[in-house]
Amino acid sequence: MSTATPTTAPAHGHGPADPDEPTAYGALAAFPDADSLIVATRKARDAGYTRMDTHTPYPVGETADILGFPKSEMGVVMFVGGLTGACAGFFMQYWDNAYGYSLNIGGRPYMSWPSFIPITFEMMVLTAALSGLFGLMALCGLPRLHHPLFNSKTFDRATRDWFFLSVEAADPKYDRDGTLAFLTSLNPAAPVEEVFE
Amino acid sequence: MATTAEHPARSGLPLEPEMHPLVQNRHDLVSVGDAIGEVVLNLPHPKGWWVGFLAGFALLQILIVSVAWLFYMGVGIWGINVPTAWGFAIINFVWWIGIGHAGTLISAVLLLLHQKWRTSINRFSEAMTIFAVMCAGLFPLLHMGRPWFFYWLYPFPNVAGMYPQFRSPLTWDVFAVTTYFTVSLVFWYIGLIPDLAALRDRALKPWQRVVYGILALGWRGSAIHWRRYEKVYLLLGGLSTPLVLSVHTVVSFDFAVSIVPLWHATIFPPFFVAGAIFSGFAMVVALALPIRKWYHLEDFFTDHHMDICGKVMLATGMLVCYGYFSEAYMAWYGHSLYEWGTTIERAFGPYGWSYWTLLFCNLVVPQLLWFKWARRSPFWLELVCISALIGMWFERYVIVITLTRDQIPGIWGRYTPTIWDYATMVGSLGMFFFLFFLFLRYLPMISITEMRELLPKKQGGGGGHSIMENAP
Repeated sequence: MSTATPTTAPAHGHGPADPDEPTAYGALAAFPDADSLIVATRKARDAGYTRMDTHTPYPVGETADILGFPKSEMGVVMFVGGLTGACAGFFMQYWDNAYGYSLNIGGRPYMSWPSFIPITFEMMVLTAALSGLFGLMALCGLPRLHHPLFNSKTFDRATRDWFFLSVEAADPKYDRDGTLAFLTSLNPAAPVEEVFE
Repeated sequence: MATTAEHPARSGLPLEPEMHPLVQNRHDLVSVGDAIGEVVLNLPHPKGWWVGFLAGFALLQILIVSVAWLFYMGVGIWGINVPTAWGFAIINFVWWIGIGHAGTLISAVLLLLHQKWRTSINRFSEAMTIFAVMCAGLFPLLHMGRPWFFYWLYPFPNVAGMYPQFRSPLTWDVFAVTTYFTVSLVFWYIGLIPDLAALRDRALKPWQRVVYGILALGWRGSAIHWRRYEKVYLLLGGLSTPLVLSVHTVVSFDFAVSIVPLWHATIFPPFFVAGAIFSGFAMVVALALPIRKWYHLEDFFTDHHMDICGKVMLATGMLVCYGYFSEAYMAWYGHSLYEWGTTIERAFGPYGWSYWTLLFCNLVVPQLLWFKWARRSPFWLELVCISALIGMWFERYVIVITLTRDQIPGIWGRYTPTIWDYATMVGSLGMFFFLFFLFLRYLPMISITEMRELLPKKQGGGGGHSIMENAP
């Protein structure tokens, strides 16, 4: 087992019983450009693989479509977050000025809602943005510094110039030799690699 | 191995015959990452960096001394007095926060408008936003007199019998500026995550791998992560657009909700927002021009970018000047004795010189931007930018100085800033430059990811395919 970069702690704790037999995470194939990755991903999906992912230096939306990833998760998270913040912000001002700490300002009504709008809006934006950040991290399972893919020697090029397709060993159709041969047939830029936990 | 064999930027191939290439020379994915990442990871500091950094560091010491003296003595060391209770603190607050707005405008509004040229300046100007808002936030805190009670600004359960007054624009301001700072930071950081991963994977020194590795959160460019990332980025752009307008609107409410002549005007919110964009673009260009020279980043900050920024400044500058016209016209047309009297005082009173300085800097000098040679000449463009920054500072000075001549002559007074007013202002510039030059040194000043997306397909890039097309 090799660690590709020092930032990735060696995987331990859930390894196999026999240290000489590392568990396979899956297979990793590198492609030289986005278009060949799109073609390869489509072929792999058509061949029946389901537990796949692509790793690219910039977003390639087509592969996410081919892999059937949902589009609307973050919108829901941020909408709910923003709505919660707006309601909480308005209620905070209303309750405080009407009941909790009533201030008579020039005889204006305690529930003077138009002057509560700016803070309601700011609270909406604040909570929507924070739920976007934390929702993104939670849904993506980040921070995670020790992902098995970082054990690959070439994977650092996923942030540089290569476009990777990974097939997990947990895929029902995965069998070591067959999958490696299939990925090699897709004409990758480098020998297909098996990645270990 | 397709794209790494040769460095096309150095191979002397002729340029593509495009009208306005947003990335000059034949860059590919690797050379873009290297050109931007090497500045952070490897290259020695250019001389200009040392000049800027050390100047900022020296001025920062002035800030520290003047803040320490302020904490010891109280706000009496400033020139503020009873008709002019706000003085330099509010002038500098509005000036700095206005400068900050250009960063959000570039990163959010231009993102929604599909303006792809924003890519090379958005990271840089978002950093400018964050540091400018930090400088802005300093002044109300220092002006409070007892800044250690700053948390009284926020509603929190307490038994002291005090609570914020939610009908006051000053309380709105607290929420607006806090939200603005937080959202700008979130937007900036989310944009940085893939670039931090690129730095992590390229880093040569162990500390770089550890620090960038931790900050990158273990980003691995996964398709589903990118999809969520783009969606968040787009939605943050959509949220930041009304946010940036609301923040300067609320800042203008600090003035407009009062009943001081010439402050109590409905034109204030749009007038302030236009002024903010004007001064913010001036700061972006004023910083970008020397920096692209020091770091040899002319391939990314092209003359075409500077040209567009010049046009934006011309347009917003004219909007601001319309504001000056409208103020004077409405005072005359409105037949209000106090409005018109204050207008005359503003132009011909004891502080009339500042009004004419403002008009010279914001109305006369920017007319140079009508000419293409001026927009494309670093010297003239820098000159206009510095003039705009000075002019926008004087705009706030003129507004605040109105307090010296209020409705009743019996309460008229004069305002003279002291050496500590100047020291705090200059010191805040020092803090800004200190932080900004640290940013240039330790974080990628241009988005590597977005520049890669912008590259033509045959150079390995996304063919200008932007976040807007992938996300919906």
